[in-house]
Amino acid sequence: MSTLTQKRTRKDPKFRHITQQGGYLLLALITLITITPIIIIVSYIIRQGASAISLEFIFGFPTNGMKDGGIFPAIVGTIYLTVFTAIFAVPLGIGAAIYLSEYAPENRWTRSIRIAIINLAGIPSVVYGLFGLGLFVIFINLGTSILAGALTLAIMTLPVIISTSEESLRSVPQSFRVVSISLGATKWQTIRRIVLPQSLPGVTTGVILGLVRAAGETAPILFTVAAFYLPSLPTSPLDSTMALPYHLFVISTQVPGMPVEIQFGTALVLLVFVLSMQLLATLIRSRARAKRLW
Amino acid sequence: MGKFQKIQELFVSGLIKVSGYSAIIFVLLILYFLLSEGLPALKEVSVQSLLETRWYPIEDFYGLLPLIGGSIIVTLGATLIAVPIGIGTAVYIAEVSPRWAKEILKPMVEVLAGIPSVVLGFLGILAFTSLLRQSLDLPTGLTALTGSILLALISIPTIVSVSEDALDAVPRSYRDAAVALGATEWETIWKVTLPAARSGVITAVMLGIGRTIGETMAVMMVTGNAPILPTGLRDLFSPVRTMTATIAAEMGEVASGSTHYHILFFIGIVLFLISLIVNLTASAVVFRQRKRSERILS
Repeated sequence: MSTLTQKRTRKDPKFRHITQQGGYLLLALITLITITPIIIIVSYIIRQGASAISLEFIFGFPTNGMKDGGIFPAIVGTIYLTVFTAIFAVPLGIGAAIYLSEYAPENRWTRSIRIAIINLAGIPSVVYGLFGLGLFVIFINLGTSILAGALTLAIMTLPVIISTSEESLRSVPQSFRVVSISLGATKWQTIRRIVLPQSLPGVTTGVILGLVRAAGETAPILFTVAAFYLPSLPTSPLDSTMALPYHLFVISTQVPGMPVEIQFGTALVLLVFVLSMQLLATLIRSRARAKRLW
Repeated sequence: MGKFQKIQELFVSGLIKVSGYSAIIFVLLILYFLLSEGLPALKEVSVQSLLETRWYPIEDFYGLLPLIGGSIIVTLGATLIAVPIGIGTAVYIAEVSPRWAKEILKPMVEVLAGIPSVVLGFLGILAFTSLLRQSLDLPTGLTALTGSILLALISIPTIVSVSEDALDAVPRSYRDAAVALGATEWETIWKVTLPAARSGVITAVMLGIGRTIGETMAVMMVTGNAPILPTGLRDLFSPVRTMTATIAAEMGEVASGSTHYHILFFIGIVLFLISLIVNLTASAVVFRQRKRSERILS
């Protein structure tokens, strides 16, 4: 069979040309299958949700068993969670990236660190939720709180921040370091004044992408932070809070007779929040590429 | 170098080393807490009854098989959908599409990666389930297949971007050589470029499967959550319940320290081990390939 087709392909350039055109068409169709749902999902949510968006919706509290009013507490909660996640994850993640790129020798320990990072990246988000519940909520006794949730999200975000930052640090040419050291700078001075500033756009992109993921997650905050409904905003990191993704989950599964408009409005706000952060990351990356010196 | 500077240097490099090792510490902490909360389950319930086919915690039936089966069938369905579509899209973007199309397609796939799973689950409940129920004439739209399709959407961006990187990494000279020997571009893609990028593509598929097994919210919202052991691909069209959905749905309601609580952590251990195996296999494929290419180049 294979020799038959081989003979045929060798003989018949026209046939091969048609195969190629047909194959390209098939691949284009497959790509269309990937792209179509993205366009449908985003445009559908924008179209259905836009009518719900108003100042009152964004800055108001839910009323009438969440069937009226706004989603302000959920928006604020997600912002708090993202900020606290950043406070824990950013220094640790960048520190780890610096270690791997600038300090770590190629030995068994460094390999273990890499395996640990791969492992952290693969752990299901709901398992992070279990861990957060066991360690932060119960063992350290933080209760269901912004702090417990942010710590959980921070550990989940770490691998993204570490791997993107490390890649960016490594892309700084070795000659930059050599020159700095030869001028008498210490290793840390070189990192702080030369390597970090040069790789800052890449590191920032990595940090934002990591935080976007944290902001959109629901499973890790189910048992560590999330409150069904709170009449007031959280006043300390030890309070629990509402959050956008969890709120969307609640109003689309747990509250019967929920107006569709509010559901779509909430989905739209969450989507805009996440996608605008992602756009920001992309812009920083492409601007830095255009301006890069090396 | 002044004394102050020396101390500062030592202090900072110490801090950096600690952050470097933090990843190991966190993995060990996660493992420790999963084990300490999950292993007591084995004392309270016999292994035999964990292997039963009935999950009904209110009456102390803790058979895990329907949950494991649910996860497997949903993941299998998602993989069957996502792998051909994901690899096809990656080949199109990396090898076929003109530059301007690439500039549009890549960010769009990134948008899909950024959509939170709870948003997909919400759309699934609201629009997709009824569409599926009517078009396939099913009693309910909340089925394993619904979950598989949403999970395919979630894993496609991973498969596309990792495979595309792998295809991009194949040296230009491979393709040039193939074309110079008289192969068409199409033959070059299938007989040279794709085989050369094989290990990266396998990694992409593994990472996609990893995401699929661990995904929680979308699956919980659209699969109907009925703990019935699926016995064949036919059960794609009936409701199932996955391991992740079980933890997410039930952890909020159990008393801390109860048997049910321990069992949910035990399921967490199972998920941890699965993700460990999947991800280590995925990265081992990459490491091995790198070693081989280093051998060839040196």
